[in-house]
Amino acid sequence: MILKLKHFVIFITIVGFASCKQKPQQLTKISGEQIEIGENFKEDSSIIKFVKPFKNRIDEVLDSTLAFAPSYISKTDGKLNTSAGNLMADAVLALSNPVFNARTGNNIDFVLLNHGGIRSPISIGKVTARTGYEVMPFENSVVVVGLNGKAIREMIAYLIKNKTPHPIAGIQIILNKDNSLSAVNIQGKPFDEDQIYYVATSNYLVTGGDNMMFFENHVSITETDYLIRNIMIDYFGKMDTIAPKVDDRFITLD
Amino acid sequence: MNRRKFLSNTTSSAAFVGLGGLSLNSCFNPTAKKISILHTNDVHSHIDAFPKTHANFPNLGGLARRATLVAHLRQENPNTLLFDAGDIFQGTPYFNFYGGELEFKLMSMLKYDAATIGNHDFDNGIDGLFAQLPHAKFQLLSANYDFKNTIMNGHTKPYEIYTVDAIKIGVYGLGIGLDGLVSKKLFKETQYLDPFEIAQDTERILKEDEKCDLVICLSHLGYEYSSDKPDDLKLAAKTKYTNLIIGGHTHTFLDKPTIVKNSVGNDILVNQVGCFGVNLGKIDFYFDTEKNISADGISITI
Repeated sequence: MILKLKHFVIFITIVGFASCKQKPQQLTKISGEQIEIGENFKEDSSIIKFVKPFKNRIDEVLDSTLAFAPSYISKTDGKLNTSAGNLMADAVLALSNPVFNARTGNNIDFVLLNHGGIRSPISIGKVTARTGYEVMPFENSVVVVGLNGKAIREMIAYLIKNKTPHPIAGIQIILNKDNSLSAVNIQGKPFDEDQIYYVATSNYLVTGGDNMMFFENHVSITETDYLIRNIMIDYFGKMDTIAPKVDDRFITLD
Repeated sequence: MNRRKFLSNTTSSAAFVGLGGLSLNSCFNPTAKKISILHTNDVHSHIDAFPKTHANFPNLGGLARRATLVAHLRQENPNTLLFDAGDIFQGTPYFNFYGGELEFKLMSMLKYDAATIGNHDFDNGIDGLFAQLPHAKFQLLSANYDFKNTIMNGHTKPYEIYTVDAIKIGVYGLGIGLDGLVSKKLFKETQYLDPFEIAQDTERILKEDEKCDLVICLSHLGYEYSSDKPDDLKLAAKTKYTNLIIGGHTHTFLDKPTIVKNSVGNDILVNQVGCFGVNLGKIDFYFDTEKNISADGISITI
């Protein structure tokens, strides 16, 4: 105790002495740089060791085979519809409808997603949960909006003008050679201007993504809380073979 | 690290004499001091380095490499602080599987001092963010999110003051407007307050009341918008005491930090280092006693 007290006195004295001569500090110079983190920096082994068990568990889950793709699935293999787009839209229609039906008693009439939302092709071979993350890395979930005939017309006009193979399912759009509309069928029936249609899409598009402004005038909106990525992964899990084809859901007549 | 151990393990006698000796030296020998501010933003759960085949960032990033770099820089200059400007979460399966636990634990291992909260840090809801707090040994700073009616109440601070080598450094955090960006279900009763007003109030407290030598803002507002939406460049022009804005959100890669004139015509730096942990920002502030200051004021070398 006495010893400690002595130290305290010495400490105070020295600091007191020092601080009497302390001058105020002022900022004089600033310099900035950005350091790129490349392989010239050795990996810290304690970090690697810490992460390893977490990484192993993820790899084990993500790399277990869910299905098989006999051919390459791409979002650029068709003009107005593509194999990758059809796969995503079909999966969304199949798996989000039970959720929507349970919540509202209604059924989804069709699906519209965006072409840009498909982030990776699927290679020939085993399809895993990791494939789902590659195709859909974003946290977008499925939202079902009720649209009237006018909004559906605007949507179709958008799709014709855009000429982009945005993923669709449950709807068929047939154009004449001059890009005028030949037919629109929804759930196999001709489009009825007086009907309300339930359209499944992504929460990103409902909030104005890709300028799909026709979603703004929805008469109802229902969240499914189902991530599109999880839909893809669940869909892979239900199928043995993933073999989507370019078909006639959105075409121009010869 | 070594020094900290030394102080806690040695008997008080040696430590006191050591400390006394240091301040005695600095009194007779007033040499310039250097404070290094290291920073990241929008790391988005990128714990592993990108593969060599990656289209945009081949063989870049990785937390284990960042750890080595940060340790090296701290050794070079022990007067170093490490910050993150938000969007720590979301982007790799590490987040989907473990909810941010790894991100916070690893940032703690790297001895981050503080981070601000990005919009994606709400991706598992405000409850998801709260659940990871025990894993964070660094401070979450947000001056313009009012968490009063949420589970996060009392778990963030508007600002923190660090005294490094007798230099007082005030650091405050700013978050982006959440409406339309994050589902209300996730951020719940979090209130977003005007970042410009809050920044002006906070920097005044840090400078005038707390007498900080250096004021730093950790911002997740975004670098620049053509609309009137608040961004770092607009913020910089409205401040008066802030010396550096460390930005995020827009994943902006800058060739060098941007120099902006603040509201009283002084220079302020705005920096952001892209995203996914591929870069580390480093801003050095040099201090000297008044008599050693040249008439030109502060020189900026970037």
